[in-house]
This record gives sequence, structure tokens and C-alpha cells, in this order.
Amino acid sequence: MNDPINWQSFYFLLFGLVACVFALAVVLSSNIVRMAFYLILSLGSTAGLFFLAGADFVGSMQLLIYVGGTLVLLVFGVMLTAQGPFVSLKTRGGEWILAAIVGGALFAVLAQRAVSIRDWRGPEMPVTIAAAGEAPAEEAAKPDAAKPDAAKPDAAKPDDTVESEPFDPDGTRADEARAEEARANKAAETTASTHPAGRHVDMRDTRTATSIGMALSGPRVDSLGEPGAAPRAGMSSYLLPFEIVSVHLLVVLIGAAYLARTKKRLKADA
Amino acid sequence: MNLLTEPVGLTHYLLVGAVLFVCGIVCMAVKRNALGVLMGIELVLNGANVNFVAFANGNLRSDGPWTLGLDGHLIALFVIVLAAAEAAVALAITLNFYNNHSTVDVDRADELHG
Amino acid sequence: MAQFFAESVGLPWAVAYLVTGLIQCALLIVVPLVGAMAFVWMERKISARIQDRLGPTRCGGKFGWLQLLADGLKLITKEDLRPSDADAMLFRLAPYISFTASFVVLLALPFASGWAAQQMNVAVFFILAVLGLEVFGVILAGYSSASKWSLFGAMREAAQVVSYEVPLGLCVVVPVLVAGSMDLVVIADMQRGLFTNWFLFHDPFTFITFFVFFTCATASVNRAPFDLAEAESELVAGFHTEYSGFRWLAFFMAEYGSMFTVSALGAILFFGGWNGPIPIVDGLASLFGIDRAEPSFGLWLVKLLGLLNFVFKAVLGVTLMIWVRWTLPRLRIDQVMKTCLKYCTPIAAVMFVGAALWTGVWFPSGMPWQTNVLGTIHEPAQPAPMLVEGPGPAAPVVEKAAEPAARTARTTDLHEPTSRDAVQHAPVQSGGA
Repeated sequence: MNDPINWQSFYFLLFGLVACVFALAVVLSSNIVRMAFYLILSLGSTAGLFFLAGADFVGSMQLLIYVGGTLVLLVFGVMLTAQGPFVSLKTRGGEWILAAIVGGALFAVLAQRAVSIRDWRGPEMPVTIAAAGEAPAEEAAKPDAAKPDAAKPDAAKPDDTVESEPFDPDGTRADEARAEEARANKAAETTASTHPAGRHVDMRDTRTATSIGMALSGPRVDSLGEPGAAPRAGMSSYLLPFEIVSVHLLVVLIGAAYLARTKKRLKADA
Repeated sequence: MNLLTEPVGLTHYLLVGAVLFVCGIVCMAVKRNALGVLMGIELVLNGANVNFVAFANGNLRSDGPWTLGLDGHLIALFVIVLAAAEAAVALAITLNFYNNHSTVDVDRADELHG
Repeated sequence: MAQFFAESVGLPWAVAYLVTGLIQCALLIVVPLVGAMAFVWMERKISARIQDRLGPTRCGGKFGWLQLLADGLKLITKEDLRPSDADAMLFRLAPYISFTASFVVLLALPFASGWAAQQMNVAVFFILAVLGLEVFGVILAGYSSASKWSLFGAMREAAQVVSYEVPLGLCVVVPVLVAGSMDLVVIADMQRGLFTNWFLFHDPFTFITFFVFFTCATASVNRAPFDLAEAESELVAGFHTEYSGFRWLAFFMAEYGSMFTVSALGAILFFGGWNGPIPIVDGLASLFGIDRAEPSFGLWLVKLLGLLNFVFKAVLGVTLMIWVRWTLPRLRIDQVMKTCLKYCTPIAAVMFVGAALWTGVWFPSGMPWQTNVLGTIHEPAQPAPMLVEGPGPAAPVVEKAAEPAARTARTTDLHEPTSRDAVQHAPVQSGGA
């Protein structure tokens, strides 16, 4: 293989294909328990996609709450009702055709919009490495570390992003960053000539947990660089939605528990 | 292969989101089992989440710094939480229906049919 | 390591990365596999001694340590049975789901300072999330076995695991609150020094939280006294009634693997991880003049000592679980649920509030003898280039060059404070804005 594989693309392909294929399997299968299982796999790969897109907190939330909570609830519901004839309910052919037409049309519209905007196709390449003096004609992104395991949230060394970490609750690591830079400069001189250059997707944005926590409780530390008061007015914190959602969850769960309480089982159509 | 050697952009994420969304819509329309319809709803919400998270990352597009940033992540977070709440209620309704009518077939929910 | 393969050995980059990945994968997965087998042996010996008998003594000399190998061989060569009514695909797949969920946790678990397969910023969260995925294997196994006992056992076990995730999460949040970070390496490195720096002794709330954590962790991995789902006297064997041979082995390796990972998590969160009761590692480092910022063989050895320390603590935790199993009687399902909802969860919530008050309001700068408080300057922890795969030393070159371009391009980005001072003033400002 001539060009090094861009591992982020490889993992995106892997997770994306798994998510799409199992979503299709949910649609095409008629056994409710298998549908639940395929849905678990599909949403698990979606969590992997979130990790790849730099949203490590949202990815973990997806795994913890969606897959580990909502889908467990769904599977419990399936187990309680999947008795005998209800395990496989088949739909008539006419409905399939109608649904396929509608689904195909919708997908065509969405895909056309996604593909038609040229600037969405990919980050600009190549980016010249001015410090090492590489030729700008190098193509293909730099291969990242190979990790045959699942998610890849932090491809970069997390330590050299300390300058941009707002509150730095991990303890001051300024001297650590300086040591890192010294090492990098030393390494750059020795390896600049042999290493294939090119841009890789900057994964330093993956440390979102602190920013999200701060935004949910008050200050929006991600938008401190905004000049002027006008954008600031729209950059409010998410404290109010957080409180509303908390109360909403409480109300919903009390309601659901009340609705689903065991009552005397009536005969059909009583 | 082109896809393997070049970095993925926003388009790829949006396509995945679109596939999930459309599968969810078709699932909601086609399934006779009430829990199948619920699974369709989950797929729809996840398709939307993939879109939000893709737009929130500033490295996937090359036309400028138009990124949702933290807002995209937070919206996705709230969608996950609300999806959990709505799944709980939908499941309670389904179980109630099952207890009353001894079936989960949505085609049999036609008592109000004119 | 990939760079070593690519440049010294002359392999092409893709193959170099593949080889590196395979080696690291093998390191990561073989050690706990062997560990799980060792825990089975330990369990048999310890349970035997508690019950005033000897345990396996024939295989491998007086201590029977080859017994586990014999058992493994037997299980692999057993006949592959499947009930005829069972859903074939799900029946075959279920043990591997449990197994996978149990071992993916090791992706985020650091074994020494900087030695983690993926040093994540949200390591604690990720571990909690993946531990909760094991329940799917159990449910699918119970359902697809097409047997009453399996279904009941699976439902009970799933209800138990899912219910105990709540107090487990609350208990785990308490040391995260004290440390101020979800990164396990950071949490453990904050506990360097004498054992008084351990979060266990940080404040009374964290002390009590450890016991609640241990209880919830034991329930979460379905160990006695919470193991009614696999209790022979109650449900034949619960969800794994119909499983035999290698699939049963997969379930049990998943269980012992989970025991190890929750003990390891407890060791990092409360007992300082690889930082011992006395700072031997730091002492050795300064004695031999090993600079923690420079990767060297001496540093590698010192970190290896830390790894052994950490594994020792985790094994102590597992031993405690085994000891408790053979000492206490089993709980009924209603007692299990009552313990969770009426005892563990409220206690964990009160501990959380107490720890928040302690570290935020009452004693924000800690006790006089503590050096592990938020914001104090520590000697930084360097990720060793051995087991942590960054993009390689050339990556900082790429990042530093991309950074000027990136900074001018991005304005509404996630991390964009212009200076540290702006950050310090930020909370005050947005309070009024």
C-alpha cells in the first residue's frame, strides 16, 4: 500500500458501517428480540462515532445512559411482552413499498444536501509543516497510532494542550508542557526528514468534560474569547435547561412508574 | 481506497446520520410491534445526535470556523436525556396496552376507529 | 514502539502500526486472562481454607496451581451443547458480549503513571459506562436459553446490576469531586506521597464512601452475598444454566475480570493506585537521579514497581471479595433491592453532599498534613512513550505547525481562553453577565 492509512478514517468507516448496517437490520428483521440486539450494536457504534468526532463526554454519556439505560429498559419491555405470537410480527408487502418510497425520497434529499456542499467534504490538505521545512506537496494525512481496540478519544498527547485548558483542574502542568515542547523540538530535528507529513485531524478538542461541566453550572468557558457584548448575550449558560430537564425527568419517571404499575389484568376489550 | 487515506469530513458524518434517521422513520412506519416503533424513535434521535456532534467539531469542515462548539455537545446531551425520559413513558404506555389488550400489535389498537 | 518498528526494523508504517497494536493488545488481554485463572485458583484455595479443608492439592505439586490449567483444558474440550429451542445466534453471542464488556474496561484503566492503553480525560465515566454493558450479555443469555430458570435468573441479575449502577456512580463521583478530574492517572497521581494522601483518609465522607463503593461493586459484579442470580440452591444456575464448556468459561472469565477491574478502580480512587503507603518509588527515583520528565530505562523500572504495587492492591480487593463471599449468607432478591434503594443510595447521596461541602466550603485547602489538594503544584506525571501511543514524536511538530493556522481560523472553539487571568475572572464575570 503506497499511502499510509489514515486511521481515523479507518475507524470512522468501521463504526459508520456497523451503525448503518445494524440500523438497516433493525428495519428488516421481524424478530423483536433480534431487533433489540441489533439496535444495541448500532447505538454502541454511534457512541464510537461520537468518540471519533471529538465528543468524549457525549460518547460516554451515550454508552452509559442510552445504551446502558434506555436500551436496557427497552430490552426489559421486549422480554416482558415477547411471548409466543408476538415475537415475530410481519408487515404486509404494500406497506413496505410505501415506506421504502418515502424513506428513499427522504434519504435522497438528505444525502444530496450533505454531499453537495463542497466545503464539507473534508479538511483542507495538505498543511505545510513550516517548522520542519517539509515540502507542501506531501499528500495523505499522517497516520495516527494503531489501536485495534474500540474508541480513540485522545490521539494527541493530552499534556501539551495545557495552555488552552481553561480552568486546569488537573493541577498545573505548565512545566510539564515545557518539558513536552523541549522533547518535541528535539524529536523534530531528528525525525523531520523521514516522517510523512500532512495534516491530521486535531484531536485536542476532545477534552470536553470540564467545559461541559462548567457550562451546565454557569460560566461558558469555551467562549471567553468572544469579542464584544453582543455575542455574549446569546452565550448563556445551560443552567436553566439543566434544572428543567432534572425536574422533567423526575416527573416523567414518577408518571411512568404510576402508569406501569401492576393492576388486575382485564380481559381483552374490557 | 480514497476513503481510507483521506481524512473524513462533515459529509461522511451527515450521511451516517441520514441513514440512521431514515432507518428510524421507516421502522416507525412499518413495524407492527409497538416496541419496534419505539426502536424507530431511538434511531431517529440518534441520527439527529450524530448530526449535532459532527457540526460541533471544528475540524471536519474546511470552509471556516463555523462550528457549533460546545452547544452541539450540550444539545446532544439533552437529546439523550430526553430520549431516555420519552422511552420510559412510551414503554409504560405499551405495557399498559399489553396488560389491557393482551397484545402489542399496533394494528389492533383500533378501538377509536370510526 | 511503532516508530521503533518503522525506522529501526524498516517496516512500512502501516505494518509497523499493526504490529505495535497487536503487541499491545496481546499484553493487555493476556495479563488479565491469566489473572482471571489465578483468581479462580485463589478462590478455590481460600474458600477451602475457610471451610477447613485443603482445596486442590494434586495438580502441580502441593498447591495445585496447575489445577486451573487442567480445568481450562477440560472446558475447552467439552461437547458444545445448545438447547433445541434456543435462539441460535443470540445463544452463541451472549457470552462474548459479557466478555467484551468486561475487558474493554482495561482500555481506560491505567496500570502505572501514564501507562494506560488510552489515557482518557473521561476515564472514570467510560469505565462506569462499559461496566453497565455487561448486563446485555446476561439478559440475552437468559432469554435465548429458552428455559424458565435462565429467564428468571437473567431478569433478577439485570435488575440488580442496573439498580446498583446508581449508588456505584454516586460513590465514584466522590473521589472525582475531591480530585477535580475524571482522568484516572491524575486522580492516582494526586495521591502521591505518604498514605495520608490517599483519598481514603482525605475526609470522613470519602472514608465511608469506600465501604459503600465496595458493597455496590460487589453487587454490581454479582458476587456473593448478592449472587442469587447464579445460586445453585435457588435457580439451578441462573442465566448460565444451559451453558457448558467454553461459553461458560467466557462468562466466568468475564465475572472474574470484572472483579479485578472494580477492585482496581477502587484502588485507584481510594488507595492511591500505584502510589504506595510510603513513597518508595519517589525515593528510588530521587536516589538514582531519575528525572520523571525524561523517558529512560530507570524510569521504566520505577514505573514497573508502581504497576506491581497497583496490581497487589487490586488483588487484595479481589481477595476481600472472595473472603466476603464465603463468610456471609446470601441475600434474597427483595433484600438486595432494599439494600440498594433504602441503604446504599441514600448513604451515597449524603456522602456526596458531605464531600462537596468538605472540599468546597469547609476545608477548601485541606488538612495541614495533606499535599493533595486541588490547585497545588505537583511534580507532573509524564506519559511514558512505551505503552501510551500518541501519534509519535513527530506529532507535536505537526500540531505546533497546525496550531498557528488553527488558532487564527477558529474563534468559537471549545478551548479558547486568551490567558489564564481571563479564565480566573470568568466565573465572576458571567455571574453578573
